[in-house]
Amino acid sequence: MTDENQTEEVEAGDAAVAVEEAVPEGTEGRRVVHDMWVAGTEERPDLRRFTDEGSQEMLPDEDEQVLDIQRGTVVDDDFELDDSSDEEELQIINMGPQHPSTHGVLRLHLELEGETIRRVKPIIGYLHTGMEKTAETLTWLQGPTNVTRMDYLSPFHNELAYSLAVEKLLGVEIPERAQAIRILMTELNRVASHLLWVATQGMDIGAISMMIYGWREREYLLDFFEMVTGLRMNHNYIRPGGVAADLPDGWEEAVEDLLVKVPAGVDEYHEILDENPIFLDRTQGVGILTPAECRAFGVTGPNARASGIDWDLRKAFPYSGIEKYDFEVPLGQHGDVLDRYHVRMDEIDESLKIARQLLETMPAGDYRTEDRKVTPPPRKRIDESMEALIHHFKIFTSGFSVAPGEAWQSVESPRGELGVYVVSEGGAKPWRVHVRGPSFAHVQAMPAAVTDTLIADLVSTMASMDTVLGDVDR
Amino acid sequence: MTGWEIFLTAAIKTVAAFAFLLTLTIILVWFERKTVADLQNRIGPNRAGPWGLLQTVADGAKLLFKESVTPRKVEFGLYIAAPVAALVPALLIFLVVPIGRPFHIGDRLIDLSGTDLNIGLLYILALSSLAVYAVVLAGWSSGSKYPLLGAVRASAQMISYEAAMGLALVPLILFTGTTSLKQIVEIQGGSFGDTFLPAWNVVLIPSFLIFFIAGIAETNRAPFDLVEAESEIVGGYHTEYSGFRFAMFFLAEYINIFNIAAITVTLFLGGWHGPTFGLGAPFDWVLPIFWFLAKSMALVFVFVWVRATLPRMRYDQLMSFGWKRLIPVSLLWIALSTLAIGVRRMGLPWT
Repeated sequence: MTDENQTEEVEAGDAAVAVEEAVPEGTEGRRVVHDMWVAGTEERPDLRRFTDEGSQEMLPDEDEQVLDIQRGTVVDDDFELDDSSDEEELQIINMGPQHPSTHGVLRLHLELEGETIRRVKPIIGYLHTGMEKTAETLTWLQGPTNVTRMDYLSPFHNELAYSLAVEKLLGVEIPERAQAIRILMTELNRVASHLLWVATQGMDIGAISMMIYGWREREYLLDFFEMVTGLRMNHNYIRPGGVAADLPDGWEEAVEDLLVKVPAGVDEYHEILDENPIFLDRTQGVGILTPAECRAFGVTGPNARASGIDWDLRKAFPYSGIEKYDFEVPLGQHGDVLDRYHVRMDEIDESLKIARQLLETMPAGDYRTEDRKVTPPPRKRIDESMEALIHHFKIFTSGFSVAPGEAWQSVESPRGELGVYVVSEGGAKPWRVHVRGPSFAHVQAMPAAVTDTLIADLVSTMASMDTVLGDVDR
Repeated sequence: MTGWEIFLTAAIKTVAAFAFLLTLTIILVWFERKTVADLQNRIGPNRAGPWGLLQTVADGAKLLFKESVTPRKVEFGLYIAAPVAALVPALLIFLVVPIGRPFHIGDRLIDLSGTDLNIGLLYILALSSLAVYAVVLAGWSSGSKYPLLGAVRASAQMISYEAAMGLALVPLILFTGTTSLKQIVEIQGGSFGDTFLPAWNVVLIPSFLIFFIAGIAETNRAPFDLVEAESEIVGGYHTEYSGFRFAMFFLAEYINIFNIAAITVTLFLGGWHGPTFGLGAPFDWVLPIFWFLAKSMALVFVFVWVRATLPRMRYDQLMSFGWKRLIPVSLLWIALSTLAIGVRRMGLPWT
């Protein structure tokens, strides 16, 4: 077997040498062919060229259009600059995908005039993991494991949207306690996400300590999540039919503890940032999105509310009984970075208010539906009942089937409208799952917010949009 | 003194100052990391050596042995020269700062400073404006776009704050009547009249504040660190530097921080003056060194504190702060202090 392989390799090498020799020596093509075919199959002659100018070309064929586009030195679209800017003066610069403040792997193609951004083109796809396609190969019950990884800063919201969509098709009743647990976890998740936002926003405009302060309070929330679900992120806790497990003993004390510690931290942020003149300079009137622009680009969530659009899915299309709780929807006026900061800070307070109400009114009952087609029976019943054994076996081998049809469910994630669209053909697996991520819309709105501003404003705006690349690319 | 003696004293002083600064940098970096960690509820370096003191030594050794990657599109000569151009002025500035009371060896009086220039202040201003060349050359010769942006920012920022810095010193020169740092320190000995207040030049409060703010901007520290803003232009002018070349920029930055702190102490906070509690030798020359270091480290702490607290300014805000606030205030202060000093020396014009 090994001998055969070796012969094949040698033959391939010979063929490559033959191809290489067909190309005239000393040309660019010769070197390309050599790199493509011959590398590793024989001792490599040193074909590197040296120029006497002290500089060397970066790649062998610099005039090739495709490489230039990939490298970002040339733009290949039909966009035309307005007359006010001189094309000769423009410098193209690639920000990302490994830039410290693109929060992941967003790449921004900037055209700069000095330091003024004349045009910005977001390029996405560096974190594309094919999760929607993967969902088609997983059973309905395995789905939450998958979707929880999309927007990794709000895993509970992903799970909730998916589970609600599946439950719409199933037509099952969810017990009140399960619904209340879902609301508790998603609202605390909103707080955790906003805390991380204020941390990174601070860091990106240079207030390095904000970074650590924000993470400090978020850590308390992650500890609570770990206590409930066993994991700090990617919980797979909210599932079709209810939640994975009941709240553990002592959760009341843990939540009460959070309700003391987190507001104390948030008060500190207000002290550090609210009246800091440099912070105000860097955020006031920066990265403005008008309400019309928000609607045009599909911007939702805190970013839209900062522009004054009174649109919160928790009020507009309540889910999981969130309408029973008393909370406000904070609104901004100007749509700038400062308003986004205030809206998010107020949302933290409102979410904690909901958590406090839940702490007082947490209903007793089951944490998952009693429907035996969806929920596995308790361990004890399997020993007693043949039917229970069959249900258990069916659920854990093939999974439960969902009636044919399609369902759309959206929830208010910390970033905005997170929608899940599922299509079932009646089997144990979805036929199609589509996710509407809020961050995607925010990335496309970015050019409208930052054109004709400075790089520093771009960084501030980019952070304030709170895009999560896992949510953009999926 | 004979020629040989002068040469030997100068050589010993220069080497001593060099060694002092390098050692101090190690402590400064450790000090900054520990302080910022404290301000941010972290622990900071605590593995290498007692309290993590050897962390900087380990980092420095790592940088020494690391490959210095040279990107292909650099202008090689200038690219190599830039780190040197950053480090040399930083080391030279410190030579004129007196760090303690002059003391006697036999019948010779030895100044505890590299040299006593009668144009000390001008020398400091001249050398600190040389530092901008290093940044601009580094950014330009890297042949890369982010460093170039950093270089452009640096040239504008350092030149405009240089102006404010120079203007802030004018009232001081009028007040003390000298530009020699040794004499400026000597003038600050004693107290005001019969009070216990030391006769430090810090009574020129606007000068002190403007000089210190401009000093923070000169050293590219937060909130004026847009030359190397990590979150905007990924490190700015030293993006393309690695290994020992980067270490030289790093050294220069920290030496400059200490320089600004030491110069501010010398000019405004009484230099090495401080209570000696009537102790005799050797305390009468050890304590002044201690006071000088303690005051300088207090100012370094302010540097670190500011960095941990304030966000970074934007380019246009930085320029308007420099040209529209600092410089007009300096000019106004020059006019006021000139009048005040004139009245003090010569009395009111109608008397």
